[in-house]
Amino acid sequence: MTIKVYVPLDSGAVALGADDVATAIATKAAKSGADIKIVRNGSFGMYWLEPMVEVETPRGRVAYGPVSTDDIDALFDADFLTGGDHKLYLGRTSDIPFLKSQSRLTFQRCGIIDPLSLDDYRAHDGLSGLENALEMSAADIVKAVTDSGLRGRGGAGFPTGIKWNTVREADGDQKYIVCNADEGDSGTFADRMIMEGEPFVLIEGMIIAGLATGATKGYVYTRSEYPDAIRIMTEAIKVARSAGVLGTNILGSGKTFDMEVRMGAGAYVCGEETSLLNSMEGKRGVVRAKPPLPALKGFLGRPTVVNNVISLCSVPVILEKGPEYYRDFGMGRSRGTIPIQIAGNVKHGGLYEIGFGMTLGEIVEQIGGGTASGRPIKAVQVGGPLGAYFPRELFDTPFDYEEFAKRDGLIGHAGVVVFDDTVDMMKQARFAMEFCAIESCGKCTPCRIGSIRGTEVVDKLERGEDPELQIDLLRDLCETMKFGSLCALGGFTPYPVMSAITHFPDDFKPRALDIAAE
Amino acid sequence: MSETTEDQNVRVEAICDQMITMEGPLLPILHEVQEEFGHIPEGALQTIAKKLNLSRAEVHGVASFYHDFREEKAGKHIIKICRAEACQAMGADALSDQVRRHLRVDWSQTTADRKITLEPVFCLGLCACAPAAMVDGKVVGRVTSDRMNRILNEVGA
Repeated sequence: MTIKVYVPLDSGAVALGADDVATAIATKAAKSGADIKIVRNGSFGMYWLEPMVEVETPRGRVAYGPVSTDDIDALFDADFLTGGDHKLYLGRTSDIPFLKSQSRLTFQRCGIIDPLSLDDYRAHDGLSGLENALEMSAADIVKAVTDSGLRGRGGAGFPTGIKWNTVREADGDQKYIVCNADEGDSGTFADRMIMEGEPFVLIEGMIIAGLATGATKGYVYTRSEYPDAIRIMTEAIKVARSAGVLGTNILGSGKTFDMEVRMGAGAYVCGEETSLLNSMEGKRGVVRAKPPLPALKGFLGRPTVVNNVISLCSVPVILEKGPEYYRDFGMGRSRGTIPIQIAGNVKHGGLYEIGFGMTLGEIVEQIGGGTASGRPIKAVQVGGPLGAYFPRELFDTPFDYEEFAKRDGLIGHAGVVVFDDTVDMMKQARFAMEFCAIESCGKCTPCRIGSIRGTEVVDKLERGEDPELQIDLLRDLCETMKFGSLCALGGFTPYPVMSAITHFPDDFKPRALDIAAE
Repeated sequence: MSETTEDQNVRVEAICDQMITMEGPLLPILHEVQEEFGHIPEGALQTIAKKLNLSRAEVHGVASFYHDFREEKAGKHIIKICRAEACQAMGADALSDQVRRHLRVDWSQTTADRKITLEPVFCLGLCACAPAAMVDGKVVGRVTSDRMNRILNEVGA
């Protein structure tokens, strides 16, 4: 009987050697006459175990990891094809505590299925949400999404159902669904993981969005830094089209929706929805002033839903199991689950999907297991390069949109980057300003000029030139950027800068003076 | 360069013709032109502008806005190193310094022998296997100093 062996195609696993591992297993199996079929699945998101190889056995899928090509001979000697014991043996995949303790709704099939097998997707209840949606009116679909409490997972947290309703009620002979897959925040990889590991759920979510709003055309705008995601997404769209899931007769309903992938060109600011739309139109990725809202005048001036990948990927389960099921996860006004991405200097880095409400300390210390370096955690940046740095004293903050805002932070796209005690927070504050200067679209002055001045002020501070004045200037500059910028790039750069100054004042003492004093 | 301007124009026009019916065709065209030539040749801007009924200045404005589009050909190999926070937390700065010293180039520069171009990248989505890099389009994670030396060796640096 053919034994199924799973080796992830996820680019995180590939970056750690998964392609070579797959080749080595195939070669060794051919030599030893073992009858195997290698399935290239998505990743479960446990990156410290990647490349994680799984084998299908009578007692379920069992895992080994992290596997390198040097381990292959020993794995065959240990009879891993029947689940034999070996030092890399991890037991049944579904029993691995990191995975078992999650509430996987959005990522329920990621890692389990062959990403490009529509049969696999269907066998795991894929398309059930779409089938239900096809039986419903547009208004009822919107109501289900509104009732689920789903909010934009890109970072802004705007209620998805309300956005959809605006587009549904807008006049226009052509409306669009644009998926914002321009995942540029450091520490985030949920969009990449799901596009590589379960592309059909994004397609399903976009079709449902189309049915709910009357849009018949969709675009996935993603990054040139994600070549694997682009390849898999493009291929999945072809598969869905030839199976009649996309096209002019969705699952035989007579309804129309089709979509394609568009590639960005290395501009971080294009993750901002209006820059993204300009970029898609073939313009410079410059921010547009709002109003008009993209919901009314978006792509090519037509009504457009712009949603993050994870927002759209959360829709199928809502339509499959009902809004109450989804809403029952979470806390306060943050309903449902959030795929938290734990990254940076952390022992157990990866994707952890759970209802809102876990504290930051639980996330980085219990789930993440502390730092990879073994040194104490000094700071955790939440929400990408525009997110605040949290000190240990704020580790009791629950993961929730409002709770983070109360502490002058944001959850953004739920990336959590851990730093050990060797980090220099003045350097991090300078980097935030430098990054803003590099990526500013140039449309508004606070962002374009303010960020350059910001790096200069930090440089002066570092040189010990009138330090108190520089701190005052930096605070003042941050105020101006926060309230005077057109979009979140200039408007949120003050979060990392101000949080660093507020929570780590010792790092902002002038260096030159320290040396002089010695 | 052996290729005549006319040959180049024909190839650019063919790319435009293939994509002109797309909604918002300029970025896809620029990507394809760069794929074809390794950069966006100066002369291509005018050809694209004419095809899309834009001014040359508009096309130049778009091409120069995005970090991806090059005015000049890159070296034979392209090494991109992530400079973003998650990789910083795992020593990306030291790794970058090592590579810059070894290659004697700064960011976005090409070695004197035109062999290697070093570019910064802000996030490859490999934040849980930092520090990360991309070598000729292939992703590499947990890049230690030794691993980077092996990579540099492989590309002949």
